[in-house]
Amino acid sequence: MLGFGADRLRADMNRLLALLFHQGILDEQFLQLQQLEDESSPNFVSEVVNIYFQESERLLKNLRALLIERELTDYKKMGNHLNQLMGSSSSIGANRVRNVCIAFRANSEQNNRAGCLGTLEVLEHEYCYLKSKLHELFQIEQQRVLGAGVRYPMHQN
Amino acid sequence: MARTPVFSRRRRSDQIDARDRFPTSDSEVHVLAVDDSLVDRKVIERLLRLTACRVTAVDSGIRALQYLGLQDETNSQVGFDSLKVDMIITDYCMPGMTGYELLKKIKESSTLREIPVVIMSSENVVARIDRCLEEGAEDFIVKPVKLSDVKRLREYMVGDEKTGSEINWMNKRTVRESSCDEASSSPSISSDSSPPSSSPSISSDSSPSSSSPSDSVQSTPSPSEPSSPTSTQSDDGSK
Repeated sequence: MLGFGADRLRADMNRLLALLFHQGILDEQFLQLQQLEDESSPNFVSEVVNIYFQESERLLKNLRALLIERELTDYKKMGNHLNQLMGSSSSIGANRVRNVCIAFRANSEQNNRAGCLGTLEVLEHEYCYLKSKLHELFQIEQQRVLGAGVRYPMHQN
Repeated sequence: MARTPVFSRRRRSDQIDARDRFPTSDSEVHVLAVDDSLVDRKVIERLLRLTACRVTAVDSGIRALQYLGLQDETNSQVGFDSLKVDMIITDYCMPGMTGYELLKKIKESSTLREIPVVIMSSENVVARIDRCLEEGAEDFIVKPVKLSDVKRLREYMVGDEKTGSEINWMNKRTVRESSCDEASSSPSISSDSSPPSSSPSISSDSSPSSSSPSDSVQSTPSPSEPSSPTSTQSDDGSK
């Protein structure tokens, strides 16, 4: 019975992943990260993604702070933050977040404050959505691992 | 009572560990990775470890030079033999010293110029690539970095002499241009429990799974995958 549970969870995970790929939230780089997991590094993806969350939230906070500054908006610094966010998003396969960064960067290069504010809103929204979906994914993964772990004592009969 | 099947043996043959993927060479290769992004450092570290390299990761060009023993203008290597670096892989865009500036410093050093340097960048800018290769970079990888990219780098680390660096350089550009043309559509993921038809995909066999999360990992080493679409610009407007 627990075997069926594991199958269902795996199917749930694949369904969620398929949806995220279809929506362009994730791209094949995320799959590449999954391929790097093995016994020696079983939590690699969640470790990297958690670092990504920490870095991204810091950068998003900085971006908002820079934009609130009306007098001397430091577009150069904004560009640097965006490059960082773009790079790390691309490294984990966060495709849509990366694409919004590109649009944001175009606005900042033109010193377009209104455009920047607009894209920041979109960026924050995309990031939140990505984070919630990845958390969902990791939760299913955790359930699967926990569920499978309970089975082994039964084999010793 | 019927004996339930034992999955441990099957699991062992299904799962790939680092040794199976890439046989370790006699001497371990030591790579210095330079990147200001912690996310990227984690990824590159993992990729290099999976290709049986020893990795030292630092977060800036300055720290890289310190590690290599290049201090000030003395150009003398103060490092120990055990810290000998076989390859340097560095990000291009970094605050302070860029990867390009780091590359130049290394190539200017009599003690370090022989070490192959690979540049990574998220921007696929031809002028940037050319500039790095002209300055003596061994290769230029467009981020995000994949296992197949790092596999290719093994050739430099083991010290195979190629027919001519010029020819290699042309080959790299051709490979990069053709891979950028490939349509990179979303990979096919089977949403039901039948095995996937194409790669890259999530492996989802219908038999009961074992506890390791690596079951969600494709059980074969990564084949050559289409690279992520990047826009190729012919001029280098940004840094």
